[in-house]
Amino acid sequence: MFATYLRRELLGRKRQTLIIAIGMALAIALVIVVNAVAAGVQSAQASVLQSVYGVGTDITVTEAAAAPADGQAPGQRFDFGAADGTTTDGTTAVSSSRLEAGRGTTTFDAAAVSTASGVDGVSNAVGVLSLTNTTFDGQIPGGAQGQQGGAPTDAGTGTGTGTTDGTTDGTPPTGGPDGAGGSAFNLDSFTVLGYDPAADALGPLTAVSLTDGRALTADDAGTDNAILDSDYATSSDLAVGDTFDIAGTTFTVVGIVTSTSADGASASNVYIPLDVAQTLSGLDGQISSVYVQAASSDSIDAIKADLETALPDNTVNTQADLASSVSGSLSSASTLVSNLGTWLSILVLVAAFLVAILFTISGVTRRTREFGTLKALGWSNRRIVGQVAGESLVQGAIGGALGVALGLIGILVVNLIAPTIGASTTSVQAAGPGGPGGGRFGAVASAAASADVTLQLPFTFAIIGIAVGLAVLGGLLAGAFGGWRAARLRPAAAFRSVN
Amino acid sequence: MYQLTGVTKSYSQTKRTVTALKDVDLTIADGELVMIQGPTGGGKSTLLQLLGALDRPTSGSVMLGDADLAKQDDRKLGELRASEIGFVFQGFNLIPTLTAQENVETALEPLKVSGPERIRRAREALESVGLADRATHLPSELSGGQQQRVAIARALVKEPRVLLADEPTGNLDEQTRDEIMDLLEGLWRDRGLTLIVVTHDSEVARRSPRRLRIKNGTVAER
Ligand SMILES: Nc1ncnc2c1ncn2[C@@H]1O[C@H](COP(=O)(O)OP(=O)(O)OP(=O)(O)O)[C@@H](O)[C@H]1O
Ligand SMILES: [Mg+2]
Repeated sequence: MFATYLRRELLGRKRQTLIIAIGMALAIALVIVVNAVAAGVQSAQASVLQSVYGVGTDITVTEAAAAPADGQAPGQRFDFGAADGTTTDGTTAVSSSRLEAGRGTTTFDAAAVSTASGVDGVSNAVGVLSLTNTTFDGQIPGGAQGQQGGAPTDAGTGTGTGTTDGTTDGTPPTGGPDGAGGSAFNLDSFTVLGYDPAADALGPLTAVSLTDGRALTADDAGTDNAILDSDYATSSDLAVGDTFDIAGTTFTVVGIVTSTSADGASASNVYIPLDVAQTLSGLDGQISSVYVQAASSDSIDAIKADLETALPDNTVNTQADLASSVSGSLSSASTLVSNLGTWLSILVLVAAFLVAILFTISGVTRRTREFGTLKALGWSNRRIVGQVAGESLVQGAIGGALGVALGLIGILVVNLIAPTIGASTTSVQAAGPGGPGGGRFGAVASAAASADVTLQLPFTFAIIGIAVGLAVLGGLLAGAFGGWRAARLRPAAAFRSVN
Repeated sequence: MYQLTGVTKSYSQTKRTVTALKDVDLTIADGELVMIQGPTGGGKSTLLQLLGALDRPTSGSVMLGDADLAKQDDRKLGELRASEIGFVFQGFNLIPTLTAQENVETALEPLKVSGPERIRRAREALESVGLADRATHLPSELSGGQQQRVAIARALVKEPRVLLADEPTGNLDEQTRDEIMDLLEGLWRDRGLTLIVVTHDSEVARRSPRRLRIKNGTVAER
C-alpha cells in the first residue's frame, strides 16, 4: 500500500512532483558544476605550479630579494669598451652576453641544501640556480655622423636606448650601415637553470620528459653540455649536437625535453650542470632555490616550521602558499568560483529547499480532507507522516538524479568548449623590487612561467555522492515539515465539506 | 451499543466558545437504524464525530460497548475506528489518486491484513456494492453514485459494528439517492449493523422508525 500510494501520488500530482524535483535538480546541478569548476581551476593551478616547481616538490626555500642599492642594478647594463666592437664602414658592431641571477631572484649559499636535508621528515632536497642569459648586440654608426643618442665608439658606456625587441627569438639587428645613421640593438634573453645532475630527481626537471638526445648525468658535471626545452630549441633552431652560446661560452646541446604538465609551460629554456652555471655567472657556491620533498604529506606544516627556524633568512613556501602566486585570469577564476560560485550554489540550494518545503506544506494543506479521512479510517499518525515523508524523499531523489544528469551535462559542455584561461606564475622570489633600470627592460623574461591553461572539469563520484546527499536532505526537510503539518490534522477534518 | 450521558461538546475559539452539543443523553441499541435530522449548525456532524471516535466530548461519557470514548487516548481511538466503525461522507472522501480497489484497501491498511487477503476482501466489498467491474477506475472516472458505492465498500470491508453516514445522499440526484439508501438499508439488514444516518432529506428519514432531531445542541426523539 505504501509503495502503491506513493507511486500514485507522485504520478497523479505530476506538476507538484516536477516543480519540487526541478527546483532540486537545478540546485544540485549548480552545486556539481561549481564544485567541478573549483576543482578544475585548482588542478589548472597545480599544473601551472608543477611546471615551475616540478612534480613531488612539497616545499620550496628561496630568499626574498633585498632592495638593491642604486647603481647595483643587476643585468640591465652593458659596458662596452673601445676594443669590444668590430668596426666596418664606420659602424661598430658590439655584442655582449652575460649570465646572471634571474630578475628578482636572490641567490644564497648552497649550504642551505644540506641544512634542509637535515630537517626531520625531509626525504629529499635539491638546490638549483635560476639564471637569465642576456645577449645584447647591436650596431652603432661611426662617430663622424654624430648621431645623437648613439653611444660613443670609444670609451664611455652605452646604455641601451635604442630599439629593444625583448623577444627570445634572436632577431638579427636591423637598420644599420646604410648611411642613414640609425643605431640598431637587439636584446636576446633566455632562462638557464643550473641543477645538479647527480642529485635525485626533484624540482623543475620532474615536470619535463626527454624527447631527444640524453639527460645530463653525474659525468656531465663541469662540462659545457646543455639540455634545451623543446619550444626554445624550435624557436632558436637548435637540435641535439648543435652548439650555442651562454655568456660567451660555447655549449653543446645533448638533449631536448618537453614539458609534461597540462599547460605545456616549462620552468626554463636551458638546463645546464649546476657547477658550470655557478662558475659562469660568478655565483660560486650559490643557489636560488631549494626544492624539498617531505617523507609524508602530513608533516609538511611541521617541516615548514622547522625549515624556517633552520634557515631564518630564507622564505619557505609550501605548495599551498605557492598556489597564491599563480596570477592572471586563472586566479580571478579561482576567486570567482570560490566566492560567487559558492554563494550562488548555497543561495539556489536554500531556494530549492524552501520551494520543496513550501510546496510540500501547501500540498498537505490541500489534502487536509484526504489525510483526515485516512485518520478516520484508523491510519496512525506515524503511517501518514511516513507517507508524506516518503513522497518528499522520492521527489528529492528524482531531483537529485535529474540534477546529477544536468550537472554532468554541464561538466561535459564545459569540457567540450574547453575554455582557456591565462595563467602566469611569477616565482615567489620576485617579491623584491627589480632595481633601478629594471623597468626599462621589463618585457624581458624573468623566471616565470606563463601559459594559457585549458579548463578541464574533473568528474568525481564524491561530488555525486554529496549531491545525492543534498537532494535526500532536501527531501527529508520537506518531508519533515509536511509530515509535521499532516500529524497535526484532526481526524474530524474528514468531515470538512470542502477540501 | 451506544450509551451517551451528559455529553457536552464545545469548540473554543480565540474570542468565543461555541457549544455544539449540550448535555446530551442518548442510547442506541445494537443493530438499530437511526436517522438524525435538524437545521444546519444544530450539531449533527458533531454528534457523529463523537459516536465515530473522531473526537472526545468536552464533558460526559460516550460508551461504545464497554469502552468510554471520552477517556481513550488518540492511539486507542484510532484502533477503535480502524476495527469497529465505518464512515460514509457527503463528499465521498475517496483518495483521488487511488483506484476504486485501492481506495477500498486503505480501510484494511491499519488492520495488518496480508496483501493477498486485502486484495480479495476489497474485491468482494466492491462486488457487494455492484462495482466489481470498476475496480481499476479512478474516482474521477466514476459517477457520484458510483463514488459513494466505493466509499460504502470502503466502510464495510473491515466488517465494522457501526456504520456512520453524514448526509450520504446530499450530493446525489433523487434516483441515485434512493439506490444508495436501498443499498445501505440492505447492508444494515443483512449484516446486523448499527446504522446511523444524518440527513436533511425527509424522504430519506422516513425510511426509519427511529428519528432524532438535533437543534441548538440538544437531541430530541420524534
Ligand atoms: N471544528 C469546529 N470549530 C469550531 N466550531 C465548530 C467546529 N465544528 C463545528 N463547529 C460549530 O459547532 C456547531 C455545530 O456544528 P455541526 O457541524 O455539528 O453542525 P451540523 O448540524 O452538522 O450542520 P450542517 O447541517 O450544516 O452540517 C456549529 O455552530 C459549528 O459552527
Ligand atoms: Mg454537518
